[in-house]
Amino acid sequence: MFRISPSVLALAGAGALLATPALAQEVPEHGVFVLNSLLFLIGGVLVMFMACGFCMLETGLVRAKNTTMQLTKNVSLFAIAAIGYYVIGYNLMYPLGTWSVDGILSGVIGVAVLEAVGVAPEGADDLAYASTASDYFFQLMFCAATASIVSGTVAERIKLWPFLLFTFILTALIYPFQASWKWGGGFLDEMGFLDFAGSTVVHSVGGWAALAGALVLGARTGKYRDGRVVPMPGANLPLATLGTFILWLGWFGFNGGSQLAMGTVSDVADVSRIFANTNAAAAGGSIAALVLTQIFYKKVDLTMVLNGALAGLVSITAEPLTPTLGAATLIGGVGGVIVVFAVPFLDKLKIDDVVGAIPVHLIAGIWGTIAVALTNSDASFGTQIAGVLIVGAFTFVVSWIVWTILKVTMGIRVTEEEELVGLDNAELGMEAYPEFSRQV
Amino acid sequence: MKYIVAIIQPGRLAAVHEALVAIGIEGLTTSEVQGYGRQKGKTEVYRGAEYTVNFLPKVKIEIAVPGEQVEKACDAIKAAAESGKIGDGKIFVLDLASAMRIRTGENGVAAL
Repeated sequence: MFRISPSVLALAGAGALLATPALAQEVPEHGVFVLNSLLFLIGGVLVMFMACGFCMLETGLVRAKNTTMQLTKNVSLFAIAAIGYYVIGYNLMYPLGTWSVDGILSGVIGVAVLEAVGVAPEGADDLAYASTASDYFFQLMFCAATASIVSGTVAERIKLWPFLLFTFILTALIYPFQASWKWGGGFLDEMGFLDFAGSTVVHSVGGWAALAGALVLGARTGKYRDGRVVPMPGANLPLATLGTFILWLGWFGFNGGSQLAMGTVSDVADVSRIFANTNAAAAGGSIAALVLTQIFYKKVDLTMVLNGALAGLVSITAEPLTPTLGAATLIGGVGGVIVVFAVPFLDKLKIDDVVGAIPVHLIAGIWGTIAVALTNSDASFGTQIAGVLIVGAFTFVVSWIVWTILKVTMGIRVTEEEELVGLDNAELGMEAYPEFSRQV
Repeated sequence: MKYIVAIIQPGRLAAVHEALVAIGIEGLTTSEVQGYGRQKGKTEVYRGAEYTVNFLPKVKIEIAVPGEQVEKACDAIKAAAESGKIGDGKIFVLDLASAMRIRTGENGVAAL
């Protein structure tokens, strides 16, 4: 990442000669604080880039007439998540031991507060951990990722403003509230539920919220006609592929950063192990979808391969550290298998998920959470399943209620005519490629 | 004078163009079009669901030729555009009432 000039290297070499071997290997004073914070900042930046990945993936998989709207929703939801998490979400998620309802509801209600400018070591909130702002920045990106998951499922027919209102409620309240049960040290954590980087806490929560949205909203007009499924192919597969690669890249920050520490040899080794396992799982998921679509449909379906890679990543997110490279590949591979079966299954149920976010984030998220017990002896299948069910029931029911209230009060769906014209023209009056003639 | 309209496979355009130049056809207009004939589109699978693509991409070629060149031009297009498979397209020949070169005002065959 940074370059060292030869003169600095020479100085360092001279210093190493002078120092005793023991001293030369010691981490500098407050090195743990510095290195942990650095991990959060680099990891957070990588996870931030996942917002771009989601945006490109979704934009590639909608029809051309909804391009500008999908871009608008993605950039807006990311900004709204930043507000929601600041205003209430961060403290709701991290009570740091101050509960108003023990293990369930944080007792710290209010905006996030950072450490002072130029804070001295004695003034740091937690010198053994990391700077508060680095932690806040890193965690905010996870909250935003949860919201990004929803926008793909409900694309091409939801109105802009009700969607953004839901995003605010999701990022300020729903996500942080349930995340406190595990990552805030709440009751799920107490009962031994394990979710390293968020197969359940992030991905399945986004998936449940998306599922509730898809049910309340209904399918796109013409999607299910006379008992048939009518495919509506995405307009731009290069963008969808770019988005997938960006997500794949961002996931190293997502899972690697979730080690939450980089100040010792064992922590750095673990972060490295997580990077390698995360990559292996994505490979496993891609290959499973590649092979299965060839067998079932006689031709490889690129969109399924992209979903397969992401399902592999979601599957390994609950436990990216303990599996071997081979086990990680297999865990990711099962995620890819899930996608190939779950996408047509949802269509059978007439649940219209434009980009496949429900198979990828919800179903593979459940699989990944349960699979923790396969490689981590601290986990039990019973507790993992209990965690999945508790978080799922809460998120689905609350999301369903919020979507329903929005539907009844302001309406969440554009008119059929607007849907036909495309949201770009109907709601925004702005086409993505105004100089091209459009073929619907 | 005749006006030839040919609908061909997009991938055959370069070969047809070469063949027409070889027999001395001076001008050619092409456009990207979509449509179907007897082939009635084709069936594909997207995310596990079968669907029929009704309008397949084709290229439309339009040329204006003196009467005596019609046969040669049609033969050239046919030879270059033919793959032997369904979907190779069609050639239509229409009577051409008049022609004028805008720059010079020449009329008839001289304008071609």
